[in-house]
Amino acid sequence: MRLQGRPASLYAAPVPTLDLPASTEKFAIDREFLRSAFQSMLLARILENKLSSLYKAGKIVGGVYLGRGQEAISAALGTALIRGTDVFCPLIRDQAGRTAFGESLLDCTRSYLGSVLGPMRGRDGNVHRGRPQSGMPAMISHLGAQIAVVSGMLFAKRLKGQLAGVVGATSIGDGATSTGAFHEALNLTAVEKLPLVVLVANNQFAYSTPNARQFACGDLVERARGYGFRGWSVDGTDLLACSTVVREAVRRARHGGGPQLIVAQLLRLAGHGEHDDAFYVPESLRQGHYGQDCIEVAMRQIIATGVTSVDEILAWQDQYAADVQRAVAQAQQEPPPDPYREDWTALSTRFPISQ
Amino acid sequence: MSVTYIDAIRAAQEKLLRDDERVFLYGQDIGVFGGAFKATKGLAALFPDRVFDCPIAEDAMIGLAVGAAIEGLRPIVEMQFADFSAIAFNQIVNQAATHFYRTGVPIPITVRLPSGGTPGSGPFHSQNMEGIYAQYPGLIVLTPATVADAYHMLIDGVALDDPVIYCEHKFLYRWLKAKTINNEHLPIGQARIARPGKHATVVAYSAMVHEAVRAADRLQADGWEIEVVDLRSIKPLDLDTILASVARTGRLLALGEAFPWGGVTAEVVARVSEHGFHLLDAPPQRLNSRDTPVPYHPKLWASHRPTPESICEALRHLLSF
Repeated sequence: MRLQGRPASLYAAPVPTLDLPASTEKFAIDREFLRSAFQSMLLARILENKLSSLYKAGKIVGGVYLGRGQEAISAALGTALIRGTDVFCPLIRDQAGRTAFGESLLDCTRSYLGSVLGPMRGRDGNVHRGRPQSGMPAMISHLGAQIAVVSGMLFAKRLKGQLAGVVGATSIGDGATSTGAFHEALNLTAVEKLPLVVLVANNQFAYSTPNARQFACGDLVERARGYGFRGWSVDGTDLLACSTVVREAVRRARHGGGPQLIVAQLLRLAGHGEHDDAFYVPESLRQGHYGQDCIEVAMRQIIATGVTSVDEILAWQDQYAADVQRAVAQAQQEPPPDPYREDWTALSTRFPISQ
Repeated sequence: MSVTYIDAIRAAQEKLLRDDERVFLYGQDIGVFGGAFKATKGLAALFPDRVFDCPIAEDAMIGLAVGAAIEGLRPIVEMQFADFSAIAFNQIVNQAATHFYRTGVPIPITVRLPSGGTPGSGPFHSQNMEGIYAQYPGLIVLTPATVADAYHMLIDGVALDDPVIYCEHKFLYRWLKAKTINNEHLPIGQARIARPGKHATVVAYSAMVHEAVRAADRLQADGWEIEVVDLRSIKPLDLDTILASVARTGRLLALGEAFPWGGVTAEVVARVSEHGFHLLDAPPQRLNSRDTPVPYHPKLWASHRPTPESICEALRHLLSF
């Protein structure tokens, strides 16, 4: 099968360690998986477009960070994981992965709109949200810091005898690969032989800094071997390729194959946040292969392969737009945090005497 | 038979491992080797599945501990030296310390920091980090000064649901001995009168409690009765006990081994000035280390940190008002 006139080999950039069993078709179609992943992509895009509008209308305080252009790889990861079993720590451009992993729309809208009923209760906001005890830790802003946390959750599951069949996953960007935390955590994870999947969404720019000013190792996937990870490269704008690669990496981690590093090439189709017009992205990149919108690519793929129809996609769009509208309206009507009702303590321990 | 301060730390960890299966130890060279100071000697043999050597990756060590705590375990992480916790600073103050406030999920980790100066240790194996960690909301900072406190505060600290920074003083490891570990102990958050007196109060913690007592003993010859308060934990800070002592003496010297800018002694003076200004008969004084990195040479080091001589000098100044 050829899509958009490109040879199939381009769908996954050269992957020296991707030795799928000969019986596996390069891009085996799992209808349910693709359908589910695409639905998460679509819902995330509609939700994020709404968040952008709310931000521009002054209805959201702080920042809004979109995953536009990164939905395919994020959704593929979220769909490959099992909520209730696996651990997933999303990063700032993982709305699609969060949705696929089962995060509710309300968790998102309540966090962005400051409802006290959200998981962060107004104490933290936007993408810094999660439900750690449901397998989704809440990221801090310091890049690379979540990797070891997910590994720690896996480490604990092993000590408790509950690690069998469990996978942990987290996302980072190209910029985070420069941090000491990334290096420490990947090395430690491999030493501990933990079933962790680290997804690097290389969107070519860390805020405004291009890859050439971020690393000099050629391809980030080359680092995998050095850390003792299995490395995978994939075209992050291609849902079929993302699904195949991510599912295989997750499958291997789940079945004793050790830690996995996936590097997805793509382009962020938005600014770092909605305050940023991304003027620094050259037009040639926008017009190039990675400038293609992964949702459009996915739509063509799932229609061409008979996973769904145009009519069904249009119906989903209507339904998701209504769902998003409802989640926004509800969060907007809910109370904000009340400073007079806050307990203003950062400790769970209550000491009887002065502190 | 006697028990040293480090024996107590080792015994506490053995008891914790024995009594609570959620506890595990994670640190560099703490397994077969037993730790750089032997605080985990023999524990890997007793608990082979719960005492782990780890790579030299302080940031990731704390990150792993936070993840394990989310899963309900109670990790104790040994930093080889308190100084190296600087590498883990981000995970401690931004990940562990903020977690309960942000998510409602507590992070019961204990980070052991072998702290403070010893002769010849130099700038990077001598630091006192307690004031820095106490600055951040969401952390409990313990500074045991006695063998019994080294034991009980570690056990009580691990039982708390919040991140605990346990500052154990390296100078006390083998120098400080007790006949046995006394079972009577105060709860975390309560300070102790280490030496009663009536003319001036020295508020100290960790190894400086012993230097303060030495200084007080010397001034006894001149007829001065100096009270020494051992803070035990600097966060929470037991202001009630401090104020009660200052009410008795009217004079305050806050003593610490850490660098002089800000920190525990500044906090003590600020709080006493704010809440007990009317109790003071003289300007409250502070004595800290000098404002340089901790020097290597024993002669320089001995003049860098507060000593009984410099404490006596500060007290005489305080008593001269």
